[in-house]
Amino acid sequence: MIRIEKMHKSYPIGKDSLHVLKGIDLHIKEGEFVSIMGSSGSGKSTLLNIVGLLDIHDEGNYYLNGELIKDMNEKKAAILRNKFLGFVFQSFNLISYKTALENVALPLYYKGINRKERLEIAMDYLDKVGLKQWANHLPNELSGGQKQRVAIARALVTKPKVVLADEPTGALDSTTTDSVMDLLKDINDEGMTVFVITHEEEVAEQTKRIVRLKDGVIISDELTNIGKAV
Amino acid sequence: MFDIDRWREIFQSINKNRLRSVMSGFTVSFAILLFTLLFGIVNGLSNSFTSAFVDDAQNSMQVRVRKTTKPFKGLQTGREIQLRNDDYNFVKDTYKDKIQYQSARIYKNFTLKYKNEANNYDVRAVNPDHQFLEKTIIDEGRYLNERDLNEKSKVIVIGRLVKEDLFGEKPALGKRLNVNGSSYLIIGIFSDEGGDNEERIAYIPVTTAQNIYGNNDYISQINLGYNPNLSLDAAIAFGNKIERDLRKKLNIHPDDQSALSVRNMAEANKGVGMFMGALYAIVILVGSGTLVAGIIGISNIMIFVIKERTKEFGIRKALGATPASIIGMVVQESVLITTIAGYLGLSLGTYILSLIGNNLEEKYFIKDPSVSPAIVIAATVVLILSGLVAGYVPAKRAANIKPIEALRAD
Ligand SMILES: Nc1ncnc2c1ncn2[C@@H]1O[C@H](COP(=O)(O)OP(=O)(O)OP(=O)(O)O)[C@@H](O)[C@H]1O
Ligand SMILES: [Mg+2]
Repeated sequence: MIRIEKMHKSYPIGKDSLHVLKGIDLHIKEGEFVSIMGSSGSGKSTLLNIVGLLDIHDEGNYYLNGELIKDMNEKKAAILRNKFLGFVFQSFNLISYKTALENVALPLYYKGINRKERLEIAMDYLDKVGLKQWANHLPNELSGGQKQRVAIARALVTKPKVVLADEPTGALDSTTTDSVMDLLKDINDEGMTVFVITHEEEVAEQTKRIVRLKDGVIISDELTNIGKAV
Repeated sequence: MFDIDRWREIFQSINKNRLRSVMSGFTVSFAILLFTLLFGIVNGLSNSFTSAFVDDAQNSMQVRVRKTTKPFKGLQTGREIQLRNDDYNFVKDTYKDKIQYQSARIYKNFTLKYKNEANNYDVRAVNPDHQFLEKTIIDEGRYLNERDLNEKSKVIVIGRLVKEDLFGEKPALGKRLNVNGSSYLIIGIFSDEGGDNEERIAYIPVTTAQNIYGNNDYISQINLGYNPNLSLDAAIAFGNKIERDLRKKLNIHPDDQSALSVRNMAEANKGVGMFMGALYAIVILVGSGTLVAGIIGISNIMIFVIKERTKEFGIRKALGATPASIIGMVVQESVLITTIAGYLGLSLGTYILSLIGNNLEEKYFIKDPSVSPAIVIAATVVLILSGLVAGYVPAKRAANIKPIEALRAD
């Protein structure tokens, strides 16, 4: 599903450049549930953003669903994102003037699905994350955990192949963290590939495979107990 | 463009961000309001000027004579100048191709009498072309023709008000009218847009008048209509040439303006034309200045708006929005706001102009101020275009920001 070979990425900072990813090799197969851990600044978000086509790498090869990602223009990237990828961000990134339902339905708008169908599908997904009765509330009327569940519903609504989550529980307390992780587990059980960044060992332990980054290189890549059990 | 979902997105964005939308619209409304008022008022001025000249043909010229005020070739001042048929024919033969219409005019004042009704009226003895020079409108019968002149017929064309005075509701055409003692056949009844005074007169053939009243070949003035193909400058030059030639012919000092002068509509037209031209130039300058200020206003606000929405665009992109769809959405929103706001400004402007109506005609010389459909359409097009530009430039920039940078924005 995701294959990365000798990937490098630097950010220009004034005249210098900051070498963030220093030759990453990573292969994630369809249906895996992978977490990335590492200290702050180790390059986790950078890697996830490149995987999510939100940013571009400098060197190396990246294959998404077998397709080499190279010289991608914005339009093509937008279509691929819409088709294959779902995002969950630490800061939720809901559109503030849209209701929960409309936020969830938005990716379907860009898929070209008509409004009635859109809202029906979106409602199903809101129901799935247990927020049906909150459908017509604006984001600022929801708690952090509820917002993140709306964001997850939005990430799932297009039935993506891969769900990318950058510290989805980073802003949540432990109870809501558990409910979000349960959701991600369910998604994975349904066959979706889930790729999640976290700082918390307890969260990582609930995934099937942990990749550890340090200073832009992978220092370990192991299955968890759950992963081994499968 | 006609995607209902796109419109729905836009209406939602406008509706949920009302203050922002009203702010962007306001500058445009205001600019268009000023523009409309300005144009309307200048049109009102222009209307006043043109209506001041509707009486006579726009290309009319009159050769007039009075007493000399300068001695010339041994002739003393104070000499009465008299135009004759010979002068009339001289003008006719010399400037044939520069003249469209020509008529002599002799002023008379006669008692016109029908049965028991009688009154004094100005009577003008003229040639057939006079009809076009004076823009006489024939309501019944006909005007004077060449045959009337050749035969020195005793026929008369009377004004609408003469007919009303003498005949009331009864028919007048074909009746015989007593003119200063002799009997004339009424061959026509006319009206004139020049006002009541121009309709309380009568026309008879110039030859008849010369024959009956004095038995001479005197005429009071020569009326001309210059060839409309002449430019205003050429027409003015033509008038000056007639002036020079006739002064020479009649032994008048070349600079004696009082003794013989040509009153030339071309000069008045040129004056008015220049004045209106200058006025329109100012209006176009000020008007486009206002419009440009409006466009700059909305552009600035759009830049601000788009900056504020950068994060939203990043989210939309992460969810699959293409740059084109983001540009399209912003531009369409901007066009919609400018068009509606502009339309409001335009409507308010036209409404105010209609309230003004003719109320300012007396005091300020502004008659029926209004904007023409062409201006309205042009202004609308300018609005839509400015909405396009105002939205496109910043939207394009926003759409080109990498999604990850847009998402990081706050
Ligand atoms: N757009 C950017 N321009 C310049 N430097 C950047 C940019 N984005 C990230 N960096 C730098 O690259 C390094 C890696 O950042 P990244 O966000 O990938 O770290 P991270 O592992 O996700 O850290 P955290 O756990 O704090 O989120 C950091 O030193 C960061 O300062
Ligand atoms: Mg990070």
